[in-house]
Amino acid sequence: MSLSVNIRKDFGSFTLNAQFEAGNETLALLGASGCGKSMTLKCIAGIVTPDEGKIVLDGVTLFDSAAHINLPPQKRRVGLLFQNYALFPNMTVEQNLLAGIRRAGRGQEQTERLKQLLERFYLTDLERRRPEELSGGQQQRVALARILMSQPRILMLDEPFSALDAHLRWEVEQEVMRVIDSFGGTTLLVSHDRDQIYRIADKVAVYGEGTVEVTDEKWSLFRDPRTLNAARLTGCKNLSPAHRNKDGRVFVPAWGLTLEGRDDRPVTHVGIRAHDFQSAKISGENTFPFEVVRTIEDTFSFILMVRPRGAAEDCSLRWELSKEEFRALPKDGLLCIPKEKLLLLSDAK
Amino acid sequence: MDWYPLFNSLRIALCSSVIVFFTGIFAAYYIAKLPRLLKGVLDVVLTLPMVLPPTVVGYFLLLLLGPKRPLGAWVLAAFGTRMVMTWYSAIFASVAVAFPLMYRTARGAFESFDQTLRWSGQTLGLSNTYIFWRIMLPACKQGILAGIVLAFARALGEYGATSMVAGYTPGRTATISTTVYQLWRTNDEALAMRWVLVNLAISAVVLLAVNLLERKRRPARKGGA
Repeated sequence: MSLSVNIRKDFGSFTLNAQFEAGNETLALLGASGCGKSMTLKCIAGIVTPDEGKIVLDGVTLFDSAAHINLPPQKRRVGLLFQNYALFPNMTVEQNLLAGIRRAGRGQEQTERLKQLLERFYLTDLERRRPEELSGGQQQRVALARILMSQPRILMLDEPFSALDAHLRWEVEQEVMRVIDSFGGTTLLVSHDRDQIYRIADKVAVYGEGTVEVTDEKWSLFRDPRTLNAARLTGCKNLSPAHRNKDGRVFVPAWGLTLEGRDDRPVTHVGIRAHDFQSAKISGENTFPFEVVRTIEDTFSFILMVRPRGAAEDCSLRWELSKEEFRALPKDGLLCIPKEKLLLLSDAK
Repeated sequence: MDWYPLFNSLRIALCSSVIVFFTGIFAAYYIAKLPRLLKGVLDVVLTLPMVLPPTVVGYFLLLLLGPKRPLGAWVLAAFGTRMVMTWYSAIFASVAVAFPLMYRTARGAFESFDQTLRWSGQTLGLSNTYIFWRIMLPACKQGILAGIVLAFARALGEYGATSMVAGYTPGRTATISTTVYQLWRTNDEALAMRWVLVNLAISAVVLLAVNLLERKRRPARKGGA
């Protein structure tokens, strides 16, 4: 089972340029809002027609502009979970679930499956209720059950947690992870929450202004985002323009530092995650003296805003460390950016 | 008292409401999908009867349906029936003036319809026809209902265009509104008053029925809004 997407659509203000492949895994689409993530899902579902390109799901061509193939959404068998769940307000929970199998007809097998899904999503006592009588979490469960009822070839979740209160989100996230595991096929997840993506997804496609910049395994993407946009979206707090010196080392003007990098690829920017700084007692590679501009105590950590000595006046880097590490900090210590932690980035534009 | 005008008015209003219900809904549905320019033009043309004086609407209808005019002549030749000065001529007049009310309210309701409901229906494999009748219309029930009531009330009260295309023939084309005018003109104020009261009663019943329907649709909900 696999999905292959290569589409282009011009929206005037921006152009969607999505290209990626996914196997039996969860691929997250990560990007700022309005960058084309949800639009990609709509193109795969057949709600929006791309200008050109090709979409193939499990060997079935859903869309191919060259061959003039454009299956209607009804024939694509994709399960798309909308942000607002899109439950039919005039139907009960049971009728909503059955709507997904109208075409297949209702036999013994379907009745059995309906019962199983109602039980699995704790909806058995709610089957006669209407969506407006359900809580946000319950509506979400109905929407998921309805999609599974229709036996889709792919699961597509569009910001599945954004409409929920914070305290419900974790619970529903667990539920969604169970659904994804038992589904077993290709799952696409749209989200802008990088932590959530890290917990749920296997692979990540990074969007920048409508274009898929990078698609990679999640751990490798978070370790080495490669583009400025991907570094920002994966939550890197300290970013700055940089260039290579003749000796191959990387000079960061705003930080006043010359640093060793992990390899010698071309760079336009560098980044260092707030957790990746280390303190050092003696001078060595990528170590430098610093001053603390501000100390902020967070719930379970300390955030130090630090300025390398010799850096620009307005430069402050964010360094996050546990309360134990903070208390163990040596006086007059040095700050170290381990060279394998320095993100070497290029601006995709 | 001859009850013919009541019977005639009700059947005209009912027939017009049924016609306007379907044409208004389908026009609203399909015109919403058209390109902007064509949509704008059709929108103006279809709404015009609402703002034009009814006599102007009547004039246009006569141009079209009169026995010597293209459509009227053709119908007369093909079916042997006249399109004007019969009881059902008033239906054409009522439909023309009531249609914009249905069309506009239905369009407003469709425009506020949550598109994700349509999309989720499509991805679940539901046909567009099913989505239209079983999901979109129920979701837009309020607007549609309001439209059909307004259209019915307007059709019932139609006077100007009706008197031009159907005229006033007691026992044949007389409606409540044309009867009231005729009685007033012939100084039969007492009888005119009776018909006015009949008309008031019908209108009150219609509006009451709508209110009851509304209340039934929304049962007392826990913590309801």
